Amino acid sequence: MTISRREVLGLGAAAVGATLLAPGLRLIELARARSPEEAATSLKRWGLLIDASQCGDCDVCVTACHEENGVVGHGRPATDAQWIRKVTLKDKQTGYVQTLPLMCQHCEEPPCVDVCPTGASFKRADGIVLVDKHICIGCRYCMMACPYKARSFVHEDTTGQKPHAPRGKGTVESCTLCVHRVDAGKIPACVEACNKDGGKAMLFGDLKDPESEIAQRLARAPSTQIRPDLNLNTGVRYRNI
Amino acid sequence: MAKKPARVPLPTMQTYKGDQCVEPTEEMRRNHMNYILHQRDETVHKGIRTVKHSLKNCIDCHADPKTGSVLGKDGFCESCHSYAAVRIDCFGCHSDKAAPEAMRAASPRSEGTQRRALPRRAIERATRTARSEAP
Amino acid sequence: MTHIHYREIEGRSLGYYVLLALLGALVLAGLAAAWYMEHNGHWVTGMSNQIVWGTPHVFAVFLIVAASGALNAASIASVFGRAMYKPLARLSGLLAVALLAGGLAVLVLDLGRPDRLIVAMTYYNFKSIFAWNIFLYTGFLALVAVYLWMMFERRMNDYAGPIGLAAFIWRLVLTTGTGSIFGFLVARQAYDTAVLAPLFIAMSLSFGTAIFILVLLAAGRGAGVALGDEILRRLKNLQGIFVASVLYFVAVYHLTNLYIAEHHGVERFLLLEGGVYTTTFWIGQIVIGGVLPLLIFFHPALGRSRALIALGCALVLLGGLAQIYVFIIGGQAYPLLMFPDKEVSSSFFDGAIADYAPSLPEVALGVGGVAIALTIVALALKVLPFLPASLADGDKAVSGEQ
Repeated sequence: MTISRREVLGLGAAAVGATLLAPGLRLIELARARSPEEAATSLKRWGLLIDASQCGDCDVCVTACHEENGVVGHGRPATDAQWIRKVTLKDKQTGYVQTLPLMCQHCEEPPCVDVCPTGASFKRADGIVLVDKHICIGCRYCMMACPYKARSFVHEDTTGQKPHAPRGKGTVESCTLCVHRVDAGKIPACVEACNKDGGKAMLFGDLKDPESEIAQRLARAPSTQIRPDLNLNTGVRYRNI
Repeated sequence: MAKKPARVPLPTMQTYKGDQCVEPTEEMRRNHMNYILHQRDETVHKGIRTVKHSLKNCIDCHADPKTGSVLGKDGFCESCHSYAAVRIDCFGCHSDKAAPEAMRAASPRSEGTQRRALPRRAIERATRTARSEAP
Repeated sequence: MTHIHYREIEGRSLGYYVLLALLGALVLAGLAAAWYMEHNGHWVTGMSNQIVWGTPHVFAVFLIVAASGALNAASIASVFGRAMYKPLARLSGLLAVALLAGGLAVLVLDLGRPDRLIVAMTYYNFKSIFAWNIFLYTGFLALVAVYLWMMFERRMNDYAGPIGLAAFIWRLVLTTGTGSIFGFLVARQAYDTAVLAPLFIAMSLSFGTAIFILVLLAAGRGAGVALGDEILRRLKNLQGIFVASVLYFVAVYHLTNLYIAEHHGVERFLLLEGGVYTTTFWIGQIVIGGVLPLLIFFHPALGRSRALIALGCALVLLGGLAQIYVFIIGGQAYPLLMFPDKEVSSSFFDGAIADYAPSLPEVALGVGGVAIALTIVALALKVLPFLPASLADGDKAVSGEQ
């Protein structure tokens, strides 16, 4: 089989182009979509890195999350579900004020999974902690157990659910790390909104991939978990709190 | 002597898209809940999102173009379930509405509804295939 | 072996029917409340995303803890071989089963999806103490039912001892499990401690015995069973010891917490600045539920009056409800300690003391559970011979003579 000079030049140009583009693809942090038949594996572990110093007064992450997942308020703050919220911290000694978003921390050793009597609260192989609402009996024990108050109980009839985010009365729910988007190769809605309209404080990625941006940033500079003394090895890490 | 009319109206079971469900009709009539139950475990716990047996796929195909839903008096799911007096648990949490793109391709079938009996050989073939493919 | 005579109550008096009607109304109210909560969703109650377990759980835990302790009289007879308690064993077993049934009913009816009870019985996560408790509770019902049968069936009487021992151990595990539901929670400052297990054991002995004494007094009076002073004195003294042991574990719990800087916040809240929780703790739990009953039970003159003994037991029960209220609801009202050195605020009530007020459906459901338990007791006493014919001082059966 013979190759013409033109073809060689074309192949060479393509190879050079690919080499030039490759680093750029890495930096943009595209999570490669799994094919639908593939199950989630423990070769990946999804996580978030949140830089509290970049977090300002906006709450686009909250709006985006609730819009994406069909979480509707009923004007009853005590019982309305909140999958993510902005928390304001004021240092008792120094008076320094900062804010950060707080959601399910997707722990490696989730207390909510340990206590669920039916196993509805579970951790997927790739680290995302979810509620299987088919077998949730609504006992709310996981809500008692969560050290981050991440879970909400659905206190009323729900309507207008998004097809990709079923939610119903009498079951418990929390941040799913936008598992429906992650499985399709996209990033969570909160991260996307923060990067687009917010302080660019949030980064999503595969903690187990040493080449990923999140792993590299975590390796280069200090970060912390909330309630590290509980030794839960959370998937959500914070910087500058 | 004329047959007494049924007090409960027979379900509509109108279909709008395609010639055939993802599984043979007789198989689906008996066992559709098993497919749904198996698929939900695969999707929720393992993240397997194959389309064929997914609930969204069912709804996209079976939704009534007028309402965009599988519920309602003539809804595909609800009409049969209310006739059989079997409560559906799915739609307390799941949306019963088809995706808008899916609805554009749907239209009511020209011939009537009700049970179109398949020829016997087709039923046997379909059942044999279903058994060999069943999870 | 002295043969003990047992009898049913006649159950045809006006008082009995009025009691059944009243209990029936309370049960119906509880069921209506459960339907209302399930149909509308829990937003109609006082429970929220901050206080996730409310008044129904206070009653449910109270009933379940008391159920375990109500079997104490039977255990003393079968396991520790005290013949004087033997006539009391049947009533003790009945109370244990009835109280547990009432408590479980409240727990199940409060679930967000009570229609998924079958799911709860078929899908198990064995790492969950809650799942273990489901086994322990249903197993306890079965075990005590068998135990009762062996006490009733003359030919099986010899086996009552070993089964009684099994039931005794089972209820210790069960009550430990109930306490561990809270003890295993790392998240909250008020829980997450191993002392909750023995505290719950002490509570079960105290509440169970109090209910047992009250039912015995009421049934004896209503059915005309002579209740001797001797047996009542012994039960009263036991009750006093149990009340003291609860106070001991409560003291250990709080004193230890007060020593630990991390827990100062929650202790300050519960003991000093918690408003309704502080008042309920000191007045309800300590004074009404602890100090006053002890004074009554161990006072040389007061402790001899039946009316005062009954009052003392009722105070113990009120104090017990107060204790569980402060524990479950006060424990949730105090915010999670996520950022220890910061003042925290958010739209999700982080850093804030959570608001809670018991709502009518919750109280109705909880009281309905108590009514279910008492209805079972009232009906069972009429149908089967649970009550000893006589517990008078002179009876050979009571004095333990052979």
